[in-house]
Order: sequence, then C-alpha cells, then structure tokens
Amino acid sequence: MSSSPYAARTAEERTAATPDTGGRRLPRTLHPVAWWIWALALATAVSRTNNPLLLFLVLAVLGYVITVRRTEAPWARGFKYYLYLALTVVAIRVVFRAVFATGMTPDDHYLFSLPHIPTPDWYAGIQLGGPVSLEALLSAATDGLRLACMLCCIGAANTLANPKRALRVLPGALYELGVAVTVSISVAPQLVQSVQRVARARRLRAGRTKGLKALRGIVVPVLEDALERSLRLAAAMDSRGYGRAGSATPRSRRLTGALMLLGMCGLCAGAYGLLDPSAPTLLGLPALAAGSVLCLAGLRLGGRRVTRTTYRPDPWRFAEWAVASCGVLSAVLLFVNAGYDPAELNPSIYPLSWPTLPLVPAAAILLAGGAGFLAPPPTPPTPSAPPTPHITAPRTEETA
Amino acid sequence: MITFDRVSVVYDGADEPVLRDVNLSVDEGELCLVVGHTGVGKSTLLGAVNGLVPHFTGGTLYGTVTVDGRDTADHPPRELADVVGVVGQDPLDGFVTDTVEEELAYAMEQLAISPTVMRKRVEETLDLLGLADLRHRALHELSGGQQQRVAIGSVLTAHPRVLVLDEPTSALDPTAAEEVLAAVTRLVHDLGVTVLLAEHRLERVVQYADRVIHLPGNGRVVAGPPSEIFTASSIAPPIVELGRAAGWSPLPLSVRDARRAARPLRTALEGATPPPVRAVPDAPGATLLGARGITVAYRGVPAVREVDLDLRAGEVTALMGRNGSGKSSLLWALQGSGPRTAGTVRVGRDESGAPDAAKGGDPKKLSAAEARRLVGLVPQTPTDLLYLESVKQELDQADTESGTGGKAATRATGPSARAILDRLAPGIDGATHPRDLSEGQKLALVLAIQLSAAPRVLLLDEPTRGLDYRAKTILIAMVDELAAEGRSVVVSTHDVEFAARAADRVVVLAEGDIVADGPTTEVIVASPVFAPQVAKILAPLTYLTVDQVTAVLRDGEADA
Repeated sequence: MSSSPYAARTAEERTAATPDTGGRRLPRTLHPVAWWIWALALATAVSRTNNPLLLFLVLAVLGYVITVRRTEAPWARGFKYYLYLALTVVAIRVVFRAVFATGMTPDDHYLFSLPHIPTPDWYAGIQLGGPVSLEALLSAATDGLRLACMLCCIGAANTLANPKRALRVLPGALYELGVAVTVSISVAPQLVQSVQRVARARRLRAGRTKGLKALRGIVVPVLEDALERSLRLAAAMDSRGYGRAGSATPRSRRLTGALMLLGMCGLCAGAYGLLDPSAPTLLGLPALAAGSVLCLAGLRLGGRRVTRTTYRPDPWRFAEWAVASCGVLSAVLLFVNAGYDPAELNPSIYPLSWPTLPLVPAAAILLAGGAGFLAPPPTPPTPSAPPTPHITAPRTEETA
Repeated sequence: MITFDRVSVVYDGADEPVLRDVNLSVDEGELCLVVGHTGVGKSTLLGAVNGLVPHFTGGTLYGTVTVDGRDTADHPPRELADVVGVVGQDPLDGFVTDTVEEELAYAMEQLAISPTVMRKRVEETLDLLGLADLRHRALHELSGGQQQRVAIGSVLTAHPRVLVLDEPTSALDPTAAEEVLAAVTRLVHDLGVTVLLAEHRLERVVQYADRVIHLPGNGRVVAGPPSEIFTASSIAPPIVELGRAAGWSPLPLSVRDARRAARPLRTALEGATPPPVRAVPDAPGATLLGARGITVAYRGVPAVREVDLDLRAGEVTALMGRNGSGKSSLLWALQGSGPRTAGTVRVGRDESGAPDAAKGGDPKKLSAAEARRLVGLVPQTPTDLLYLESVKQELDQADTESGTGGKAATRATGPSARAILDRLAPGIDGATHPRDLSEGQKLALVLAIQLSAAPRVLLLDEPTRGLDYRAKTILIAMVDELAAEGRSVVVSTHDVEFAARAADRVVVLAEGDIVADGPTTEVIVASPVFAPQVAKILAPLTYLTVDQVTAVLRDGEADA
C-alpha cells in the first residue's frame, strides 16, 4: 500500500483534515467484525446485571465510544433511533407492570392505585388494575433498562461498523445472501422515490388519490418500474462478471450440502445437550464441537466454488485485537464473579435501598469504553467538493 | 476484435428476425457508431457482443459471434466480463454498490483480481475519467454526467478490450454529454479500446466515429466509413444534411471541417435574410398564463428563484438549462401539482363560451380536475400516468376523468381522447398494452390523455428523451398543431437541434434563475453550448436549420 504514491497522498490529505488524530495514528475504519465482537460481548456482560448504576454506566460508555468513533455516513446517524426504541421498551415494561398488577405485600411501598377491572373466572391468573407498588415499578424499570442496554449495544455496532462492509466478511458460501441484502438496501430508497414520483403524477390525471383504485394507479406503475429496473440491474451484474463459475463440480456441491446439513444437526444436538442437564454428556460439548467442525468444512468447501477477491480488505491489526478484547474482557469479568459479591450485580429491592456500585464490574465496563481511544479515528467526511465538469488531460497522462 | 458471422436473431414469439444474416467485423481500436431508428435492432446488436443476447434476453441466435477469439455461444456474459464492458442508458440502473470507489472495484472483485492490482487500477481509472475528487461520494449524489463516467469507469477497471455503450448520453445535458464522450474518445485514442456506441443524437458523436454501422431496418446491417454511409442513410445529423444540401464532397463531419467547406455557401447566403424557422403570427397571442415570483425550495435549498414568466397563446417555448437547473420544478410549480414556496400563477379563463369552459385562477388553489383543464403537464417519465391494461382502457379512463366521453359526450365539450390520439399518432391499436408501445407512441398516448381535458397551456417535461430523429419530427408536428390551435406549449429539453426547429422562444434557466429569455434565434445562436450545428457552421449568419438554408438556396436558383 505504501508503495503507491496515491496512498501517501490521500493519507496526507486525511491527516490534514483531522486535527485531533493524536499525532501519529492515521484515521481508518476499524474492521467491522471487531466492532461487532466488542458490542456483542458488552451485550453479554449487560445480560448479567440489572444494577441500574452499572446499566447507566454502560449507556454512558456506548455514548462516549459512538461520539468519538462514528463516521458521517448515513448509517452512522441512526443511534438515536435505537435510543428511542430502548426508551419505548422501558416504558412498555413499566406500563405493563402497572396495568397487570401483581398485587402487593405488606412490605411494599404503595404508590398509586388503578381501577380494578374484574376478570372472568377462566382468566383468573391475571389481574387488571389494582394497587401499584414502588418495588414493582422499579424492578420493571431495571429489567427494561437491561433489555434497552442490550438493544443499544446492537445499535452501537450498527452505527460504528458499516453494515455493508460487515456483510462482506460473510464466508464465500454465503456470498449470494450478502449480495441480496446489499442490493435490497440500495433498491429500497429507489422504490420510495418511485412511489413518490408516481403519486405526484396521479394528480396530473386528476385521478383518485385515496382508495383501492388509487392504490392500483400507484402500485402498477411502481411495480412495472421496479421489475424493469431489476432486470436491467441483473443484466448489468451479469455482464460485470457476477456469478462466474469457480472450480465447483456437482459432486463437490453435493458434498457441501451434506456437510452443512450434518453440521447443523450436530449443532442442534449439542445445544440441546448443553441446556438439558439430564441428557447424556456425549450429546453436549462433543456434539457441538463436531457440528461446528462439519459446518466450517462445508462453508470452506462451498466457498471454494466462488472465486472472488475483496477490494481494500479491512486489515485485522492491533487496534482490532484491542477493541475486541476490551469487550470480551469486560464480559469475562462480569461472568467470573472474581473480587466482588455476585449479589451486587443484581441488587435486591427488598429492602428498598440505593444500589451500590461494585468496583470490579464498574472497572470492567469502563474497560470496554477503552475501545473509544484504542480504535483509530474514523476517516473524516469527504469535503463536498464542487462537481468538476471537465476532464483535465495533462495530469492523467503522467499516470497512464 | 468482434466478428459476426452470418448472425440472425429471432426472439421467442416473433415472426420476423430482428437481425438477419449479419456479417460484420470490427477491428481493434475502432470507434464504431451504431445508428438506426428505434426498434431496428440496435440494442440486440450491442447485446449480442457480450452474449446478453441470447443468454439473458432469450430468443435464438443463429451463426456465431466471436469476441477476442471467444465464441459467445459457449461464454455467457459473466465469462466475457474481462473482455467486454457494457454501459447502459441509465447509469443508476447498473450500480450495485453505493460509493464511487466500491463501484469501480466491483467488476474486479468478481474477476478475482488481487487486492493490490485492484487498488492500482482503481486509482488509475479515477484519474483517467477525472473522478478522483468524487471517490468517496455516494453514487446517487452525483450529477448525471458524473454517474455515467463512473459507470464507464466501473467496466474499464476490468481492462476490457471492447466497450459497448448503449445510448450513454440520452439522459444528459449537452455539457455532461460532451464530458462523457470526451472520456470515451480518450479511451479509444490513448488505450486503443474498441468502442461500439449507439446514439440517437448523432450531432454529438458523428465527428468521433471511425466507422458507422447502419441498421436501415429489416434486420440488415450496413457498415462503412461515416462519410460514405451518411451520403445515403435515412438518418443523419444536421451537419450531414447541410452537407448534402450544399453538395459537399467528401461530407464534413465536424463543425471545423464544415466551416472550411462552407465558405462559398456563406458568401452565397450573405445578402439574403434567413426565412423564419417557424411561421410568425401576425400579432402576439393573448397571455394565457402569468407567473410572478415563482420560488420553489426543497428543505431550504432553492431550486427556482423568483421567476416571472408569461406564456402566450400560439407560442412554443423551449425551456433549457443544465441538469438540475430547476426546469422540472418550474414546470410542476406552474401546473400546481408540484411544491411552490412563493409566488403566484394566474391562468386566464377559457373564453370559448362552452358551458363548462374552465374558470380562470391559480391552478394550485383549484382541484386537481380543474387544474388540469387549465394546465396540462406530461411528466418526464410519461409511463407514470399509465396503469391500465390496454390503450383503449387508458383512453376511456381519460375521457371519464376529463368528462368528455360517455354521458358527457352529449355536451360535446371537446374531442375524445381517442380522436386526439388518432390525430397525433394515427394507427395505434386499442388492444395494445401501453408498455408495448414505442417511446414516441407512449408520449403521444399520455399527451392525448392530458389533452382530453382541453387545457390551453401544455407543459412537456423532457419529451425528447429516447426519441429518434423520426419521432422528434413527429413530435415537432404535434407541437406545431397544438400551437396552431391557440394553445401555449412549453417544452423542457436538452436537445438544441430540437429547440432550434420547434420553438418560437427559448428560456434558459441556471440555478433556478432565468438567465435568457427571448426569440429562439436571438438566444441560441450566440451561445456556444446551445447553438445548433447549422448556426455554428454558418456563424455569423443567423441560420438555425437546414430547411432555412435550402429555402434560401431554392429562392436563389429561382431568381437566377
């Protein structure tokens, strides 16, 4: 890469545009898988606790990492929607707990009472309305908060890693799946545009704008448009080499299928064996391992039939290791119960008391936040240069 | 490089072959121009080069097509991707990824080229096509010319020996088209790429062609040097028609050559005053539509800025300007169906005395049905208005919507949509599905639907897109007839030759402002971008069309 004069030039431009690169580190995008490992590990860690202090700490860490390491791309602006979703989750949980009241014990703090709605006998298990206690609401809120935190972790991964680049790391055998997703992502906005255009054109004919007939007037042209467009896209992809046959023979294809099927069976059996204590031990880890090996072999073999390379593959370097291990380490620390009382992770609300902040888990979560400065700074947004309408000849002659 | 050996193509269900017994060979480094009317098999010929015909389209191909020694019978398009690059009409349709750089790399990824080579080629291609500044930009943010250059670049990175371009400039304004064609000619001259190019607007490309492949119809193909083919071909750019009229030999194909050849012609024409391109009305027509201070803004970004415009009866106005200069926004705002941030539109009432003649007023404030009886608009994609299964159903529906057919016919408010269509484009079978019509016929159908409401102001948004010379001549006749009926017609177009022949008045928009407004001759003769070929050749004389020149020459002969 450094042998090319272009790489040097662009790198210079990038550093010049970002003053806060910290001197030496070049801005680049982190491998999407590193962000996913980090986020999923953090989500796993979150699943261990419903201590609100720890959960708020997680949210703060997510907020910090996203603010410092997200790009200006359209998909990187979506974190607030995950926050809205998280808030909705908490709200729904609290409201449900209040409405489907579970009654209260004498120790509970009475908060307010909803009108009690008598339920029929066959529905006796569930009570509608009635007194609502502070404890019930608090436990619902912390439960909701935990779920919300996990949602935000996934949202952070989607915000920090380009989803399309993430799809590119799919094994070769699943390449078609990735392409289908990528194409549908780019076609969706075109479809919306097409609907808007046709809906606007409806007024020109003074056609109905409401009702079934109007729907037909919009759906038919849009679908015809979409069909023609996808045919043209398919033709374009075909002429650009999509789906070139690799070295696959019918035999290897059958073998791939068999391997994948057996592997899946092994994985299912293994999961069952692990979760059910009464199952024979052979069904647990050994079956899981055998299943994974078979699946991997199938994917490898299937991947061989597609011959394809990746443009500017994301490197996996120190920063990727660092970010991924930050996440994994914090998850491990929350699972091993070392150096702190496990009860502190799930503080009891009986008796009602302010939760304590256990030191080790808090440090573990802060450690995950270290990803914020371990990851390289993102590439700065490209300056929206005014379109250059003409082709300048002399400059390019030298390079040709 | 490319060899067609006794090639015939028959599509499933068709009686006649599209191509019949074609023998053709194209040498390396040639720029071949493929010309012919719509529907004579240009796209089939181009598609056969990389095997899309018949592997993708279906149908049967007899004979053999070989490209760089590979027979397309054994090689589907994907196996030819490293030899043939194909660029279509609308670049957005072919984009698979979403940024410039990734799009350039896509074909190479499919060909399993190593990452280091890929990186080098992408950088080279970025420079070759002048795209370096746009490398990280999203594809849909680019202008049309830039998108088309990316599309060309995206096939070039695979280092194909042959480039097939199917009407690459049909959606572009003159400047953007120049930009793309300049890129293509550089590829031919600097890299020796063989190019097969189909194009309707020959005036843009004819000077670059080494050879012309002419499809006269009936599935036949004639190939030869441009000056030879164009002496006889039924389609020719204005420069060739002028050359034929003046009897120049060999035929000049570039404006420069033509100017040299035209010296005697210019002296011959010196004394005469050019006859008007179009009949001048005795008195200016009444103002049908008056717009004041029209402003259209999208999220605070103005597309049209405080435009004043008066449209008079019997006048054809061409609305010109580069892509994105606000032409469409202005037309939609005038019709009242599009957004309008500020300004007023006043459309005069119909004083024909008919019982339900349209009331005057601002079309934006009226109901959709009343608005379309004042101002009719044919959108850029006319098919957006078509949704029924046959032409007859569409026309009947139009009559119901306009209240002319059916029961209302007794009131005889106007001709039915069918009658209008028969006048505009005779001979369209009512049972045909609208999608099966040619571009010109679709346009006529939508025009008939809009005219069934009898609007006195008619706006056409880029109707010339995808039309060949014959269809354009028919469109000019339609527009003339509408103007003769006392309507006011506005046509937004990129096609300067069309504007020169069809318009009384030209309005040029730039960044939402009107920068020029006046009689066609005054506005376009002086402009280097908008001047038609005849004007460029005969400047400083103010001729716009070949017909003007021939008329003067004829008069001269009669006098002598």
